[in-house]
Amino acid sequence: MATAAQNLAHDHDGHHDHKPGFFTRWFLSTNHKDIGMLYLMFAIFTGLVGGALSGLIRWELAEPGIQLFREGSIIQHLGIVEASKHGYNVTVTAHALIMVFFVVMPATMGGFANYFTPIMIGAPDMAFPRMNNISFWMLFFAFVLLVISLFVDGGPGRGFGGGWTAYPPLSTMGHTGPSFDLAIFSLHMAGASSILGAINFITTIFNMRAPGMTLHRMPLFAWGVLITAFLLLLSLPVLAGAITMLLADRNFGTSFFAPAGGGDPVMYQHLFWFFGHPEVYIMILPGFGMISHIVSTFSKKPIFGYLAMAYAMVAIGFIGFIVWAHHMYTVGMTIELRAYFVAATMIIAVPTGVKIFSWIATMWGGSISFKTPMLWAMGFIFLFTVGGVTGVVLANAGIDYSLHDTYYVVAHFHYVLSLGAVFSIFAGFYYWFEKMFGVKYNEFLGALHFWIMFVGVNVIFFPQHFLGLQGMPRRYIDYPEAYTLWNNVSSIGYAITLVGVVVFLVMLLEAAVRRRKGVDNPWGEGATTLEWTLSSPPPHHQFNELPVVKRDEH
Amino acid sequence: MKRANLIAIACAGGVMAMTGAAFAAVPLYRMFCQVTGFDGTVKRAEAAPTVQLDETVLIRFDTNVRGLPMTFRAEQVSQRVRIGETGIALFDVTNTSDAPISAKAAYNVVPERAGPYFQKLQCFCFEEQILQPGQTVKFPVQYFVAPEMATDRESRGVSEITLSYTFYPTEGFEQVANGAAASGAAG
Repeated sequence: MATAAQNLAHDHDGHHDHKPGFFTRWFLSTNHKDIGMLYLMFAIFTGLVGGALSGLIRWELAEPGIQLFREGSIIQHLGIVEASKHGYNVTVTAHALIMVFFVVMPATMGGFANYFTPIMIGAPDMAFPRMNNISFWMLFFAFVLLVISLFVDGGPGRGFGGGWTAYPPLSTMGHTGPSFDLAIFSLHMAGASSILGAINFITTIFNMRAPGMTLHRMPLFAWGVLITAFLLLLSLPVLAGAITMLLADRNFGTSFFAPAGGGDPVMYQHLFWFFGHPEVYIMILPGFGMISHIVSTFSKKPIFGYLAMAYAMVAIGFIGFIVWAHHMYTVGMTIELRAYFVAATMIIAVPTGVKIFSWIATMWGGSISFKTPMLWAMGFIFLFTVGGVTGVVLANAGIDYSLHDTYYVVAHFHYVLSLGAVFSIFAGFYYWFEKMFGVKYNEFLGALHFWIMFVGVNVIFFPQHFLGLQGMPRRYIDYPEAYTLWNNVSSIGYAITLVGVVVFLVMLLEAAVRRRKGVDNPWGEGATTLEWTLSSPPPHHQFNELPVVKRDEH
Repeated sequence: MKRANLIAIACAGGVMAMTGAAFAAVPLYRMFCQVTGFDGTVKRAEAAPTVQLDETVLIRFDTNVRGLPMTFRAEQVSQRVRIGETGIALFDVTNTSDAPISAKAAYNVVPERAGPYFQKLQCFCFEEQILQPGQTVKFPVQYFVAPEMATDRESRGVSEITLSYTFYPTEGFEQVANGAAASGAAG
């Protein structure tokens, strides 16, 4: 990448005019594009790890009985997790933690946001480039800590198996070993990394926009990043507080969450979900921004209702903070409290509906071309809508009483995250592929990747609605024979998705080997944001002369 | 100061405030529960109610000890009281070690929705208790079920309430430390 541009890159250093070597460029990087690239590579790697873990889950659940997590099976030979029921819980926990903190967040807020936010607002780099570097490496070591936690004693066995929510008392008295302490440190570090990143984004966006780039002319992706940064800033400290209390309860004899000492375990759930609910919007809001650009580009129309789209994201971010207890309807809240959380949760459907309908209105009457990024974007809109509909179902406390902790919930949040957020990441990846790498991807392989994934993930998760409605609880290693059919179908869906992932890797390899030279703007007149005015890949330092943004330019 | 640094410092301030708020949630949540009776927290009352209803409620008693060398039991398994009537339950506590212990009792009722209406006039759980070696103490608890329970649509129809106590060591008091904690857990 950017080899020609590198020579220009460090001209400003003057006194020692050097080209950054491999180590300096990738390990001591302060360049937002290089750091964004590191984040993306990291997310692809961790995504393969997290995806492999979910493969173990689906393999185990393909048939009733315990096939995989028992003595003498392949799991025991692999040795990553224990070949026991505890090993299954550890797998589920690690899958969730990796996917949330080390795949989706690094890909959206780390990768795309770092790479494209400064370019889109016409800034030369992030406001605090070195802090940016710290953010990435903290995340890297957070991941290392989490991996180490898999290999040390958790209490009931090796690793922590208390779920990503880590509710006490299972995470305190139930897991006495050091494994969960390591996982807590890992989350502390990942959280600190994201908070530093968020401060960086807020400062960059408030302070470094090009002349004429008012907030109301700013591209929607930058809006998404800005709102996400605020959500991170306000929610992650609460998670840090809650898990610090867990740490104290575990090691220092306090009883924040131990009823025997005057604490209340339900308070942990309140604190966790005060973070946890904004967290799901953190994962999806940058995706909303990307989808807006892609839909607009491939419909060759400006986005419908730009301001409404921006303020819909603001509204989603705000309401996201006042609905947390809908994750815990079953803890015994009064009916008034449940009524409030039902109503507040339902209200989120309004700004989300504004976004969905505005995307459709953008496509309406447009001259649509179904290039790979557009396929992913439309797939995203469809899947996110399905997940949103089941979300409205689950928002009702009365229905949630019977669906709580069943596979219906699993299906719901995988439709909005695993399918929604991940599809938006792939949409962005293909949209900006040529811009980031300077080479073209193979259109056929991209489309093939989309169609196989689209079929695969639907076959995995749609049957899980049926399982949930039939009452199959989540997080269990085994199930009665009555649930066999749809579990089996779901596992077949995993195999299809796996083929899709292989096609993705083949697509990467093909592009890397063939190296068809990319152009500055492959998408034509529909692509109006500033990154398309630069070369592909962009120069190591862009905008030596700041671009001036005029009124009609978004 | 540079504008960028100002924004960054304001953001860092926001992070600090939210971290503080997370920890402040602990006392605030406790206060909220005590004021509203949320989540089955028992309220302390100054005077018994003047109205008594014909309906009765069965009160069950549950006793637990955590990390202390003591026995703790209720003299009665359950009591049936009329709504609004003041009941008295007796509890026996014995220090089984040869050192003084200081303990406090945490308490709660289920179902949670009865929390606001199960009120106590007198209880050993209001303050910390010091037991000399081998000493046995009989603690009375004066309680009543507030008549409003029968009219609240959340809690009407509740026919049984379980009151649960757990004695735990008071912080900062020189306990017989580890040995005691172990025998308490065993007993």
